[in-house]
Amino acid sequence: MKLVSDAMSWLFAPAQWQGADALSLLLFQQLYLTAMAIAIASAIAIPAGWAIGHTGRGREIAVAISGAARAVPSFGLLILLVLLLGVLRKPAAGGITFVLLAIPSLLAGAYTGCEAVDRSVIDAARATGMSEWQILRKVEIPLGLPLLVGGLRSAVLQVVSTVTIAAYVNLGGLGLPIITGIALQRYDMVLGGSLVVALLALALDALLAIIQRAVAPKGVLRPAS
Amino acid sequence: MIEYTHVSKRFADGTEAVKDFNLVIPSRKLTVLVGSSGCGKTTLLRMVNRMVEPTSGTVSIDGDNVAGRPAVTLRRHIGYVMQNAGLLPHFTVARNIATVPRLLGSSRRAAHARALELMDLVGLDPAIAERYPSQLSGGQQQRVGVARALAADPDILLMDEPFGAVDPIVRAELQRELSRLQHELGKTVVFVTHDIDEAFLLGDQVAILTAGAHIEQVGSANAIIGHPANDFVAEFIGAEHGSRALHIRETGTGRMLVDGNGRTRGVLVEDGSAA
Repeated sequence: MKLVSDAMSWLFAPAQWQGADALSLLLFQQLYLTAMAIAIASAIAIPAGWAIGHTGRGREIAVAISGAARAVPSFGLLILLVLLLGVLRKPAAGGITFVLLAIPSLLAGAYTGCEAVDRSVIDAARATGMSEWQILRKVEIPLGLPLLVGGLRSAVLQVVSTVTIAAYVNLGGLGLPIITGIALQRYDMVLGGSLVVALLALALDALLAIIQRAVAPKGVLRPAS
Repeated sequence: MIEYTHVSKRFADGTEAVKDFNLVIPSRKLTVLVGSSGCGKTTLLRMVNRMVEPTSGTVSIDGDNVAGRPAVTLRRHIGYVMQNAGLLPHFTVARNIATVPRLLGSSRRAAHARALELMDLVGLDPAIAERYPSQLSGGQQQRVGVARALAADPDILLMDEPFGAVDPIVRAELQRELSRLQHELGKTVVFVTHDIDEAFLLGDQVAILTAGAHIEQVGSANAIIGHPANDFVAEFIGAEHGSRALHIRETGTGRMLVDGNGRTRGVLVEDGSAA
């Protein structure tokens, strides 16, 4: 219990909220890194997922990639990339790790969203004279949006907690007090930093849960997540 | 006029759904393709708007091979009604009906006005225009499906077992409604069903099909019931069991029409136009 109260007093000490390593700045860095990784991963995975979901082609490959990528330990990947790219490109290695981490969930969210649309609805859309592009844009994407946001939600959750290791490659973020604390055997710092990461992750998850509900198209019963 | 010439269709899995099919579907008449499931009737229907491409042979509309027209444009000019309506679940009733006019470039306002016009035509209360399909009964959904098919005023209407999924009372109501609409609009309708009574009720021309879309007999209800071409047709339309062979029996309640099994099928009235 002493550790918890120590962590609390560390967290709320004014010193933690000032200067170059202020928690507010680290929090911002954590969010920024997450947002960048999610944005880049989305730009790659969402169009690819829609293409797979619409055409039904490449599904096996996507499933294999998603499955394999989920099994890769992110810290191991980061170290591997640092070794491959060289120590001078540590930030790039970090960025690539986080993007790769976000891709499987986003890809799965995009293609399962398309696939979950009733085939008879798509057949009807095609028979009324919608082009393939219009079917994707007006039918599959809107109807698949809740599942896509579900994928986004798990990607964000994974990335925002993993971005903690960015501190190892000098990218900052909330991992800084954690790794510093470990080195100094200051467990109040470690726990305090971890608590902020956990709270941030929970807050983002709650926000995305609300968005997921909001994007469910009207007239459609909300699919069971 | 829709004309099938030596049409065959073999699917990728090797099944031969249609074998050397030839038929002329006259303009402004309702033609019914009737047969058991798997006889290829839906495949034939879907060849008209290129939802299915024949392996060989041609399907032509007014002499033009449909294969020569871009599929998307072709489909926008042919109405299509399917079983379970096939409405877009996230579009309101009005927006569903307005789909094709919108695709053809009508303004939102014009398409909406057109949708309301069609709701009136197919007997839907305009109050439900802003509802979603999931909030409608099966019969209402099917009417929306018909309204959507008619929205761009196509010459041809394809109907794939449109009344198969509704209960018998609603089905009868929709059948009467379709007859009325057809009387009013005079479209070239191709109607697919497995229900021979529905075929005789609605069809100006009825084609009875068996596996591989083999035509057993084609003609008016009158011609087919009067002279079944073979034993299969006689069996299929129920003539074998005497259900089409009616005779008059005098009873206390009037002159009744009774079938070969002794079951009362109707009452004989002097003035046939009452029906």
